[in-house]
Amino acid sequence: MLGLALATIALAISAIGAEVQPVLLWNKIGNFTSYFDRLLKLDTGMRVWTDPKEWFWGIARWARLLGDTLLIAYIATLTGAIGGFVCAAPASRNLMRHAAVRFAVRRGLEFCRSVPDIVFALIFVAAFGLGALPGILAVAIHTSGALGKLFTEVVENIDMRPVEAVAANGGSWLAQLRFAVTPQVLSNLISYTLLRFEINVRSATVLGFVGAGGIGQDLIVAIRKFYYSDVSAMLLMIILTVIVIDMLSARLRHRLLALENPR
Amino acid sequence: MSESRRLRASLLPRGAELVQRYPEILMAGWRRKLTPAAVCAGAIGLYIAGVIALGISPATIIHGLGRLVDIAGLMFPPDPQSWSRFSLYLSALGQTLAIAFIGTLFAAIIACPFGFLAARNVVANRLIHFLSRRSLDTLRSVDTLIWALIWINVVGLGPFAGALAIMSTDIGAFGKLMSEAIEAADRRPVDGLVSAGGSRLHAIRFGMVPQLLPVFASQLLYFFESNTRSATIIGIVGAGGIGLHLSEQIRFLEWQQVSFLILMILVTVAALDWISQRLRSAIIGHRD
Repeated sequence: MLGLALATIALAISAIGAEVQPVLLWNKIGNFTSYFDRLLKLDTGMRVWTDPKEWFWGIARWARLLGDTLLIAYIATLTGAIGGFVCAAPASRNLMRHAAVRFAVRRGLEFCRSVPDIVFALIFVAAFGLGALPGILAVAIHTSGALGKLFTEVVENIDMRPVEAVAANGGSWLAQLRFAVTPQVLSNLISYTLLRFEINVRSATVLGFVGAGGIGQDLIVAIRKFYYSDVSAMLLMIILTVIVIDMLSARLRHRLLALENPR
Repeated sequence: MSESRRLRASLLPRGAELVQRYPEILMAGWRRKLTPAAVCAGAIGLYIAGVIALGISPATIIHGLGRLVDIAGLMFPPDPQSWSRFSLYLSALGQTLAIAFIGTLFAAIIACPFGFLAARNVVANRLIHFLSRRSLDTLRSVDTLIWALIWINVVGLGPFAGALAIMSTDIGAFGKLMSEAIEAADRRPVDGLVSAGGSRLHAIRFGMVPQLLPVFASQLLYFFESNTRSATIIGIVGAGGIGLHLSEQIRFLEWQQVSFLILMILVTVAALDWISQRLRSAIIGHRD
C-alpha cells in the first residue's frame, strides 16, 4: 500500500516535471495520424506506393549513406570489442590481484558506458570535424565500456583449473590469458559482440543528427524540412536493415551456441 | 612467442598420450583450422576496407587527438559558472528523470497486452502472432531520437515529446521481452486453473501473472535506468531535459560547463544504478 502511494506521488511529480498534457495529446493526436498520412504521400498528392520510383528517387545516395552507417557500426563494434577485451582481464577479480588496477580499470569502463555515445559524438565532432570518424570513436568508446563490463563478468565465471595448469607449467600471465582463458570465453564474447552490433547499428543511424556521418544527416534534414516521402523512404530502409541484421545476428548467435554445447 | 614454445616443450614428453586423449583438438584437420582463420581474415579485411571507404586517414586522427587533448584540458575544472545556471541545470536534470519515469511506465502499461499477443503459448493464431511481433520489431528499430523528432511534429517542442518518444521505442523492446518471459513461463499453473474450470482470463491472471510479476518488475527497473540515459540526450533535438543545455554548451564551446553537465549526468546515473540494484535484489529475494 505504501509502495503504491509512493509510486502515485512519484508519478504525479514526474507528470508535472515532464509537462505531460493529456488534453494536448488528445487534441493533437490527429496530427500524429495525419503526420503518418503525409509521410505516405508524394509531392504530387499520390500515395507513395503508386510510384515507387518517385518515392525512392534518392535510393543510390541513401543506400550509400546507410552503408556508411553500417560500416561505422561495424568498425566501432570491432574496435570497442577489442578495447573491452583488453580491459576485461585487468578488471576481473580472478585474474588481477592488484585491487588498485582493478578499481581504476572498472571506473574507466564505467565512465565510458555512462556517457551516452551521442554526447561523445558531439564532443568529438568539435575536435575531429564533421564526418564518420567522430561517430566511430564515440560508438567505439561507449561499446568498449558496455562490453568491457559484460566480458569481465564472463571472465570472472570461468573454470580456474586450466589457468592454474598453465601457470604450473610456467606460463606467464599473457600465456594464461591466451591458452587458458580465451578458449573458454571466446564464443560468449562473440555472441555479446554480435548483440552489441545490433544495438550499435540502431544508434549509428542517429549519429548523423549531430554531424557524425551516416544516414542520420539526410534524415534530420528531411524531417526538419518536411520532405515527407523522403522521410518515410529512409525510415523504411532503416527499419528493414535493422530487422534483417537482427535476424542474421540472432541466427549466428544460435549457431555459436550450438557449436558450444555438444562439447 | 617463447612463452608458447616453453609451454609446448613442457607438454611434449606426454605428447602421444595427449593426442590420444584429445584427438579432435590436436589432430584437427586443415578445415577446422582454416575456418576460424578465414573468418578472422574476412573480419579484418572488412575493417580495413571500411576505414578506407569512410576516408579516415592517420593525419586526421592525430590532428583531432591533439585538439581533443586541448578540449579535455579546457574542461577542468568542471564549473557551472553561476548558481542560477546550476539550479537551471538541476531542474533540467529533474525533468530528464521525469521523462524517463513517465516514458518507461506508460511503455510498460501499453506493452503488456502486446506482450501477451506476441507470445506463442497465449495466442495460438499464427497471423496475430506474426503481426504483433513484426510491429514490435518496427517500433524498436526506430531510434529514440527519431521518435522524438516525429513526436515534436505532433505535440510541439518540449519534454512531453521526449516522454512519448521514449515510450514509443520501449513499447517495442518491452513487448518483445515480455513475450519471451511469457513463453518461458511454467505451463502447469495455467493447466491446473483451466482443468479446475477457470476461464482463459482467469488462467492468465492467476496462473501467469504471479510468475511474471517479479521478472517484469526487475525489467522495469532496468529499463528506467537505461531510459534515464536516453532521456539525457533527447534534448539535443529539442525534446526536453538536460540534453538541450549540453548540446548548447558544446556548440558555444563552454567546455567547463560541458564537463559539469556530464558530471551531473554521471552522478545521477550512478545513483540510479545503485538504487535500482538494491531494489532489484529486494524484489527477486522477496519472491523466491
